[in-house]
Amino acid sequence: MTGKAQAQTVLRLSHITKHFGALTANDDVSFELKRGEVIALLGENGAGKTTLMNILFGQYTADAGEVEVFGQTLPPGNPRAALDAGVGMVHQHFTLAGNLTVWENIVLGTQALGALRLDAKAAKAKIAALSKRFHLAVDPESKVGRLSVGERQRVEILKALYREARILILDEPTAVLTPQESDALFATLREAVGQGLSVVFISHKLHEVMAISDRTVVLRHGKLVAERATSETSREELAALMVDGEVSAPKIEAMPPGPALMRLAGVSTKGEGRAPGLHAVDLTLHAGQITGLAGVSGNGQKALSDLISGLANPVSGRFEIAGEPVTDWSPRRALARKIGRIPEDRHHTGTIADFDLTENAVLETYARDFARHGWMDWKGARAQAEGLIGTYDVRCPGPDTRIRLLSGGNMQKLILGRVLETAPRIILANQPVRGLDIGAVNYVHGRLAEAREKGAAVLLISEDLDEIMKLSDVIHVISEGRLSPGFARGTMRADELGQWMAGEGFAQPTEAAHAS
Amino acid sequence: MDIFEILTSAAFWAAAIRIASPLIFATMGELICERAGVLNLGIEGIMVAGAFAGWIAVWAGLPLWGGVAVAFVTGMAFGLLHGIFSVPFGLSQHVVGIGVTLLATSLTFYTYRVVLPEVSSPPKITAFQPVEIPLLSKIPLIGPALFNQTPLTYAAFILVGLVALVLYRTPLGLAVRAAGESPSAVAAQGLSVTAIRMGAVIVGSGFMAVGGAFLTLSAFDSFFFDMVNGRGWICIALVVFGVWKPGKALLGAILFAAFDALQIRLQQTTIGAVVPYQLFLMLPYILSILALVLMSRRAEVPAALMVPFNKGER
Amino acid sequence: MRLEPIADPSLARRLLPPVLAIAGSFLVASLLALIAGGNPLAVFGAIIKGAVGSKFALLETLNRATPLIFTGLAVAVAFRAKLWNIGAEAQLYAGAVVTAVLGTGVLQWPAALLLPTIAILSMLAGALLLLGPALLKTRLGVDEVVTTLLLNFIFLLFVSYLLEGPLKDPMGMGWPKSPRLIEEARLPRIVEGLRLHWGFVLALIAAVALWIINTRTTLGFEMRAVGQNAEAARFAGMPVTGVILKTALLSGGLAALAGFSEVSGLKGSLTLDISPGYGYTGIVVAMLALLHPLGVVAAALFVAAIFVGANAMSRALDVPTYLADIMLASALLMMVLAILLTKFRVVRD
Repeated sequence: MTGKAQAQTVLRLSHITKHFGALTANDDVSFELKRGEVIALLGENGAGKTTLMNILFGQYTADAGEVEVFGQTLPPGNPRAALDAGVGMVHQHFTLAGNLTVWENIVLGTQALGALRLDAKAAKAKIAALSKRFHLAVDPESKVGRLSVGERQRVEILKALYREARILILDEPTAVLTPQESDALFATLREAVGQGLSVVFISHKLHEVMAISDRTVVLRHGKLVAERATSETSREELAALMVDGEVSAPKIEAMPPGPALMRLAGVSTKGEGRAPGLHAVDLTLHAGQITGLAGVSGNGQKALSDLISGLANPVSGRFEIAGEPVTDWSPRRALARKIGRIPEDRHHTGTIADFDLTENAVLETYARDFARHGWMDWKGARAQAEGLIGTYDVRCPGPDTRIRLLSGGNMQKLILGRVLETAPRIILANQPVRGLDIGAVNYVHGRLAEAREKGAAVLLISEDLDEIMKLSDVIHVISEGRLSPGFARGTMRADELGQWMAGEGFAQPTEAAHAS
Repeated sequence: MDIFEILTSAAFWAAAIRIASPLIFATMGELICERAGVLNLGIEGIMVAGAFAGWIAVWAGLPLWGGVAVAFVTGMAFGLLHGIFSVPFGLSQHVVGIGVTLLATSLTFYTYRVVLPEVSSPPKITAFQPVEIPLLSKIPLIGPALFNQTPLTYAAFILVGLVALVLYRTPLGLAVRAAGESPSAVAAQGLSVTAIRMGAVIVGSGFMAVGGAFLTLSAFDSFFFDMVNGRGWICIALVVFGVWKPGKALLGAILFAAFDALQIRLQQTTIGAVVPYQLFLMLPYILSILALVLMSRRAEVPAALMVPFNKGER
Repeated sequence: MRLEPIADPSLARRLLPPVLAIAGSFLVASLLALIAGGNPLAVFGAIIKGAVGSKFALLETLNRATPLIFTGLAVAVAFRAKLWNIGAEAQLYAGAVVTAVLGTGVLQWPAALLLPTIAILSMLAGALLLLGPALLKTRLGVDEVVTTLLLNFIFLLFVSYLLEGPLKDPMGMGWPKSPRLIEEARLPRIVEGLRLHWGFVLALIAAVALWIINTRTTLGFEMRAVGQNAEAARFAGMPVTGVILKTALLSGGLAALAGFSEVSGLKGSLTLDISPGYGYTGIVVAMLALLHPLGVVAAALFVAAIFVGANAMSRALDVPTYLADIMLASALLMMVLAILLTKFRVVRD
């Protein structure tokens, strides 16, 4: 896909700047996309990639700068204009209506609202033709709610193609796909580019960027820091450009595993909507060990985390903590059994946004430690919050600050402190560093390693395989609710784990095998 | 008269259809709002306002259909108010709805007193009269029940078909359904969620008001303060009972009205002599609660009902 | 145009909404008064005079505020936990019925024993009445707005049945009213000769008690947490369902006290018109008070003054008394809008 140096410029972003309150999400970003080219927009979480694309697509309005498509300046804040100009966007979170059919989702908004009849026949014919041309197999009559994630993504791409998009923007498209599905997506994109489309591919995964793109644009803290022809750069260079400073994983010294603190034997749980439950999972967490859970997102991580944090009960199997079977499980019981929980979503599950730091600091412990006969001990609670702020380096004006005003890193430090202060025996850390800056990442990792040394059993759930491999003593892979055997540190390469993540190697065939 | 006799009499079913008519209008109105993602608790007050507006317009000299139009426009005005608060501003649909009901009701009563100071009983108008449909009205039982009604009842039935047609067979209906299901899908396709929802709330409120006007222009010939009497809340239950589908909501309204007609007749029977009449009057409300409970397990609620949509939110 | 959150609104900005809402409602009322042929200044003058212009007027306002404080508190406590209790009207009548049943001589106890017993049993009745919808909400996910609304109609018909049947006063000359309460079951007047009973003091105590519950107890903490973010509350180990049910009991109980206070303190017997919609007006009161218990007292006094004043005004001028209802409805709507504008600012794109 090289040798198109003379090709026409189809998209030009000039000096895009966007602020959200005090945060600068995009800072004077400019680049161009040529016809038949794939540009990778590379950057860490929070680097401003999604914001930039939302501005391009008219969902946000830039504070400064402009977007030009095929030589025409787009009016700001108007998705319709972007669509009409030939821009199609596949969002990270799909924008599909679950209880409408595939063809309804695709046709939505393409026929005049004043029209007296919905022309379903012509629409379905066109969809069938597009499916065939771009190898995007999907049944136009089925309800979107019943499709697999991979199929939904195909619907999203079909939506763009149906509108005759000439420029496709894909925001982290592989985050929800298995490696095989990703390969199929790449094949589709190559097909599209071969037919004259141009693609902006947003990602933070280096190997994908290297595999699919012609050029790479690197964003860091909202600024465009580098632009490279992909063939002339390397993974190492891109990694260095993307990351500001080093992720310095704490040293994990080999330690003999301590006693088993939690044991799951053949545990199954109910799935929730589209999220799978657990299928006969065997897992043992040992004192003084970090157990890493790798897997593509949406494969049962939530089910396992819900089970351990007390939100869900097992349907079958044995669930023991410190040798005692667990019954009548709830978050409060989990806390009583000394399980510390760092939830996946710190904004909505871990904290209450409009509560102040004091209130958030005692959210889990108020009943036991900061109340007597139903009366709150606010003095004690405040002292506790002040202690956490000091010990865990939470940067904030004070304990009376509403927690919504804190940065993600500081919010996570407070949650971490809240967990560690109770001296937990078992720590569930679900995506503990997602979206944090490097400093906070290193801090959180360091504290988790420290807890391990003190003899806690840590379960680290992450979609970042590097993070898992650096920190874990034992690694399990989860796929469609099934758990792989544990692999000791250093015994598996990333690509071998990747195969497990794709669902290979599991003993029993899965019920929910993808039709794809 | 025993129950069997009642249930097989054409007069009974004619009454049921008559009682169902205002509910059908208002239920369709509510259904349109909810399909677009807005719970409109202003319905009760909007029906009161519609009942009054239609009636006072006819009293002032407008033809009956003019009264219906005035009611429709009045409803749209309150729909606009509800829409502005609940859609672009995304305020609590519960509180806004209650507010609109209180405002519409009090404005109606105020206007009544201003227009008709010191009347002891409200003046009467000449209401819609039943129109017999040739041939069809000769069908036994169904004929006199369905085809000897006022034009406004026929309009209610036509409206159901129309709403179903628009919702399922036009691009506009698709957009409305999508707005109640996944507003982000609508926005991503370049449509304005705000415009679609506003439109749905405004038009839906118009139909609610026509439901109210049915009471003064067709069912009765005058306006009383308590005449809506919770019918709006019942319609909200009917939308749930009809799982947000026009046809099923229509059946629900008729079924419900049949019970209402039945309780009125049962009051005249031997049962009515022993059971206090208040119990019969309670039945519609109790049935509504039962309908809600019965349907609670069905997860067919528009996914984005009561979820405000803000573009540029993060 | 879109809304952008304001990180940390100032105190002035947070106290602005009630002021704006009240000002706005006065504006609406002025327009309507003009339409009805009244001079707005004269109308408001008459309202103020009618509400606080004399000792009698002032006492009338305080009397009218009493049930509104109770229903306002009932709504405030429920709304704070995002339990949409629109059934305060029925709960009020539940308390009134219990008072009318127990206060007419069934229990021949001294007042010091009888009054607390009746009050507590009234609260229980109101609490149980809201427990049903609350259970339907937590167990089956049935929207409590509609069920509580429908229960209002059902319960009023039940009261109507009672008043025409078992509770009918044989000496009532055919009117649907209950027999008069015995002297021991009557809330005495605070000062002999002044028409203001201890119900008002009870309402003030309830407001302070609720304020203490909100700010000082674990239940208050839990109610706020569940209202703000039920998911986080559940994750943190709070018994979310239990908190919602407790909130329902508290809310229903408070509303029932309004009925108790009206029958035992003011009216002395139960009729079908002891509440001209106090349950619904409680929503306005609670919203104007920003759901703060002490604010409820202020808001209830204001709302009562409008009602009492509007009555007097309507007698003096030819402007219908429904002007008061319009003012309150528009104040409610403007209040929610104004609250929004304290948390967000409108940004032009």
